Amino acid sequence: MTAASHQTFAYAPAPESRAVVDIAPSYGHFIDGEFSEAADGKVFKTISPSSEEVLSEVAQAGTEDVDRAVKAARKAFTGWSALPGAERGKYLFRIARIIQERSREFAVLESLDNGKPIRETRDVDLPLVAAHFFYYAGWADKLRYAGFGPDPRPLGVAGQVIPWNFPLMMLAWKVAPALAAGNTVVLKPAETTPLSALFFADVVRQAGLPRGVVNIITGDGSTGAALVGHPGIDKVAFTGSTEVGKAIARSVAGTRKKLTLELGGKAANIVFDDAPIDEAVEGIVNGIFFNQGHVCCAGSRLLVQESVAEEVLASLKRRMQTLRVGDPLDKNTDIGAINSAGQLARITALAEAGEAEGAERWAPSCELPTAGYWFRPTLFTQVTQAHRIAQEEIFGPVLSMLTFRTPQEAVEKANNTPYGLSAGIWTEKGSRILSVASRLRAGVVWANTFNKFDPASPFGGYKESGFGREGGRHGLEAYLDVR
Amino acid sequence: MSSLPPVPAFDPEAADRLASMADVTASDSALRRFLHGLPGVDAVGLEARAAALGTRSIKTTAKAYAIDLAISMIDLTTLEGADTPGKVRALCAKGTRPDPTDRAAPQVAAICVYPDMVRTAKEALQGTTINVASVATAFPAGRASLRVKLADTADAVAAGADEIDMVIDRGAFLSGRYLSVFEEIRAVRLACVRPDGSAAHLKVIFENGELSTYDNIRRASWLAMLAGAGFIKTSTGKVAVNATLPGTLLMLEAVRDFRDMVGVQVGVKPAGGIRTTKDAVKYLVAVSETLGGDWLDPHWFRFGASSLLNDLLMQRQKLSTGRYSGPDYVTVD
Amino acid sequence: MSDKKSGKPRKPEQHDPAGGPEEADTAQAARLAVFKTYKLYVGGKFPRSESGRVYEVTDSRERRLANAPLASRKDARDACAAARKAFGGWSGTTAYNRGQVLYRVAEMLEGRREQFIREVAEAEGLPGPQAAAVVEAAIDRWVWYAGWTDKISQVVGGANPVAGPYLNLSTPEPTGVVAVLAPQESSFLGLVSVIAPVISTGNTAVVVAAEKSPLPALSLGEVLATSDLPGGVVNILSGRTAEIATPLADHRDVNAIDLTGADFGLAVELEVAAADNLKRVLRPRPPAVDAPDWFADPGTDRLTAFLETKTVWHPTGG
Repeated sequence: MTAASHQTFAYAPAPESRAVVDIAPSYGHFIDGEFSEAADGKVFKTISPSSEEVLSEVAQAGTEDVDRAVKAARKAFTGWSALPGAERGKYLFRIARIIQERSREFAVLESLDNGKPIRETRDVDLPLVAAHFFYYAGWADKLRYAGFGPDPRPLGVAGQVIPWNFPLMMLAWKVAPALAAGNTVVLKPAETTPLSALFFADVVRQAGLPRGVVNIITGDGSTGAALVGHPGIDKVAFTGSTEVGKAIARSVAGTRKKLTLELGGKAANIVFDDAPIDEAVEGIVNGIFFNQGHVCCAGSRLLVQESVAEEVLASLKRRMQTLRVGDPLDKNTDIGAINSAGQLARITALAEAGEAEGAERWAPSCELPTAGYWFRPTLFTQVTQAHRIAQEEIFGPVLSMLTFRTPQEAVEKANNTPYGLSAGIWTEKGSRILSVASRLRAGVVWANTFNKFDPASPFGGYKESGFGREGGRHGLEAYLDVR
Repeated sequence: MSSLPPVPAFDPEAADRLASMADVTASDSALRRFLHGLPGVDAVGLEARAAALGTRSIKTTAKAYAIDLAISMIDLTTLEGADTPGKVRALCAKGTRPDPTDRAAPQVAAICVYPDMVRTAKEALQGTTINVASVATAFPAGRASLRVKLADTADAVAAGADEIDMVIDRGAFLSGRYLSVFEEIRAVRLACVRPDGSAAHLKVIFENGELSTYDNIRRASWLAMLAGAGFIKTSTGKVAVNATLPGTLLMLEAVRDFRDMVGVQVGVKPAGGIRTTKDAVKYLVAVSETLGGDWLDPHWFRFGASSLLNDLLMQRQKLSTGRYSGPDYVTVD
Repeated sequence: MSDKKSGKPRKPEQHDPAGGPEEADTAQAARLAVFKTYKLYVGGKFPRSESGRVYEVTDSRERRLANAPLASRKDARDACAAARKAFGGWSGTTAYNRGQVLYRVAEMLEGRREQFIREVAEAEGLPGPQAAAVVEAAIDRWVWYAGWTDKISQVVGGANPVAGPYLNLSTPEPTGVVAVLAPQESSFLGLVSVIAPVISTGNTAVVVAAEKSPLPALSLGEVLATSDLPGGVVNILSGRTAEIATPLADHRDVNAIDLTGADFGLAVELEVAAADNLKRVLRPRPPAVDAPDWFADPGTDRLTAFLETKTVWHPTGG
C-alpha cells in the first residue's frame, strides 16, 4: 500500500428531478368540488424560498369566497354525515392510497414551496401524511369503540387554518379526523405554502369524494380571520402562533363553535450526565435543526447537566460541522431554506438580541447560496432563562444551551415558560425518565428520542401552547359532539 | 512492555497519556469499572443514525471516488476448509489486477488467508505492495489454549504475514473476565514481533454477533484499543450476523473518542455480509461523517470481503460505459 | 360425504365452470375450459395434500365443481410449523404495516370480485345478487379489520393507576398460532370473518375450510399470496373437519383454537383435547335454529379472544 494521504469525500450534487410535478401558472379556490377564481379577482404569488423563483399565482379569498365555501361544506354535510362510517372510511382509504402513489410528486412540490429538504419530505412528511389518512380511515366505522359513547355525532362544518411549516402534514392532521368523524371542512393553507393543499384537491377528485366535503381556499391572515369568524361553522381548528391563537379564542367566545389550538413552544431538551451521549447529540441536532427549526415542538432550549456540559458541547459542535445547508431538492441537503423573508428577519433579529444580551454565538462554517432565504444552524452558549432567546420562540435553526445541576433544577427550568408543548429527556435510567416526565408540564415528552410523530400518538400542548390533541383516539374528540 | 512495538501514535503525548491510564488495566475490577462506566448506547438511536447515513445519495464523481477507494480498502478473503494453493494464487492474481479490461482499476489492500496459506500468498504477491493478512488464534471460534493460539500466531508471522487478524475470547468477555481478554491481546501483540524488531499489524476481531449488545461492542472496542490493537474488526464472517452498519458506526465513534482522549489512531474493519457497492458506500459515508478524512484510507479502514469486489467492478464499469454490467464481465477467482 | 361416488358410474353431465352443462356437449362451438386444480395454501406455497388424497366437491345441486385436497394430520402438522415460523416476523411488524397488508387483501379481492361471486354462488347455491352481497361484505370485512390493527391497543390497553410510585402499563399481545375452524354454513363471508381478526393483531392462523364448500377458501389463499402477506401467516387446509381439527386441538405448539366450524359433539371433544396445553378456546355459538348473521357488526370479541395482556411495572423514582 502507498502511504496514507489526507482524503475528503465530497458529495456530488444529487438533485431530485422537478419533472415529476407539474405546477400550473395559477390556481383558484377549490369549492364544492371544482376550482373557481376569487370573487374579486385578487391574487398573490407563491415563491420558492430557496431561489425566490415564482412558482405560481393563487387566489386571495375574500368574505364572499369564504361564505361560498362554508355554504358548500354545509350542503355536503347532510349527505356525508349520513353515510355509514364504513363508506366514509373507504373514501379516506382511497385518499391515503392515492397520496402514497403520488408521494414523490407531493414531496418535490412541498420542498419547492416550503424550502425544506427533499429527504425530509420524502422520508418524513409524505409517509406521515398517508399514515394519518390510513389511521383515521379505520376509525370512521368504529367511533362507538372510541370511548365517546355509543353513537358520537360529528359537529358539522369545520373551519381549519394551518401553518406553513408542514403544509401537507398539517392538512392531513386536520382533514383526516374531521372527515372520519363525519364533518365537512373548509381549509385554508398558509399564504406562503398554498400549493400542496391545492394539489390535494386533485387527490380528492381522484378519490371521488362527494362535492363540498373538502373545500380549499387560499389567502392570507385576513382570509383566515374571515373563516374562523364565519357564523356558519361549528368548529375551529387552528395551528399557528400563540398570538393569533389567543385572538381566535377571544373571537369564539359566546358562539357555539368548538375550538382546538396547536400553538407555539419553547421545548427543553434535557441531557443528564448518564445520557447515551452520541445518541443524545443526534437527538439535539434533530430536535432543533430538523425542518430548519420551523417546528412548534422543536427542542430549542438545550438543558445540559453541568458535569457533562463541556463534553456534550464539543460533541455537538463536531456534529453540527457535518450539517449540509443548501438546495432543498438535493438529496443530501440536511437544512433547507427559511420559509420567507419575514421569518428570516425575525430569526436574524432574535439571534442578534442573543448576542446583545451576552450569550456566546457559534455556527459551523458552511457556504450559503446567494439567492433565497438562508440561516446557518446556530448555537448559543452561556444562555440563561433571563435571555430573550431562552424565552421567545425563534422558529428557526437556533439552539440555546443552558446548564442545570440537579434533576429538580432541570424540571424547574424546563417548566419555566408560558409554553408547554413538548420536552426531551436523555438518560439511561428508566426511573428518572418516568419521574421527570411526570413532572414536566408538556403535552409530549420524548425520552431518548425527539421529534417522533405517529398518527396513533396524541399531540398537543399544555398552557399557552394550546389545547386539544391531534392524533390517536384522543384526536377524534375535537371533531365529535361530546362536550 | 518495552519489548512491544511502539504505540502507533497520532499525537506526541500519546504514550504518556496511555501510561497514565495504566491503573485502568491494573486489575479485573478496575477494568470492569472503567468499561461499565463508558456512556451507554441507545440502540434505537444508533440504528436510526446509521439508517440516516444510509440515505446519502452518492452519485457521479462522488460515486467513482467511493468505488475506487472501496476497492483499495478490500482485504480480499478466502477462509475455507477447501482452500488450496491454486485457489489462493487465483485470489492473489485477482487482487493484483481486479479488472482485466481496465488496468486503471485499483489493487486491493490485502489478501486474507489462513496461516498455512501465508507462504503461498506471499510468493504470489511478490513485486506488489499488497499485504498478506492472516487470521490466527484458532480463528474463528478462538476456543483453544493460549499456548495454541500464540503458536498459531507465531506460525503466521514466521511465514511472512504482514497483518494478523486475531479473535478475542468471547467466552471470557461474556463471563466478565475482561482482564484475561486484555492480556491475551497483549500476548498476541508480542507474538507479532519479528526478530528484526518490526511487527505484524494487529487487527482484533470482536465477533459482534456473539457479543450481541451494543454496550458490549463499545466495551470491547475500548478494551482492545487499550491493549494496543492496530485495528478493531467487527466479525469473522463465519457466523449468522457479521458486520452491520450500526455496529460499525459504534466502533467508528469509539476510535474517534479514543484518539481524542489518548492521541492514538486505531483502524476499523467491518467484515462479512458486505456484498454490494451500495453497502460499501454507506460504510464510507459513515466513516466520512463520523471521522472526517483521516480514516478514509486503506491504512485506517478496510472491508473484509470477497464477493464485494466484483460488484464494485461492475458498478465501476457502469460508470465508464453507461451500461449495466453482468457476471460475464468480471472474473471468478 | 365420501371421497368417491359409491358404486354408480359417473354421469356424463359435469358442471363446467366455463359455462352450463349443455355446452360441454357442443364442444365444437364452445372453447374447452381449463379446469382449475385446487391446492392447499401452506407456508405461502400451494402444495397438494401429502396424503395424495382428494375429495369431490359438489354444488348445492350435487353437480361436480372440482376435486379438493383431503388434508391429513401431517398437512395439519406442516401448517402449524409454517404458522409458528411466520409468527415472529408477523407479530414483530408494526400495526401500521399489518393494516396496510390487510387493506391490500381487500384491494386484491375487489379486483377478483366477479370470480368470487361465481364461486360463492356455486358453493352456497345463492342467486347472483345475494352472492354479490356476500362478497362485498367480505371485502368490507377486510377493510374493517385493516383499520383495527393500530387501534385495538388504544381500546383495550392503557396505563393502570396503581397505588404506588410506578408506571403500570397493560398492552395486548397476540397469543401465537391459532387454529381456526371456519364456519360450515358460510363458505366465504364467515370464513373471512374468522380469519381476519386473528391475523390483524399479529397472530398466525391454520384454517380448516368448510368441509362441503372449501373452494372459496382455497381461492382466498391465492388472494392472500398476492397481497404482501408473508408466507405462513395464514395456512388453509381442506378436507374432513373432524380429521384435521383433532391433531390441531392436540398440538402443543398451537396457542388457541376457534371452534366455530365444529358441531356441538366435536366441539366438546376438541375443547377437552385443547385443555392439554390450556389453549385459549373460542367456543362455537350454542346450537340454535338460525345460523349466525355474518353480515352483522362483528364487535371486538374476535380480536380480544386471541390477545394476551402484558402488564409491565416500572418505578418512577429519580
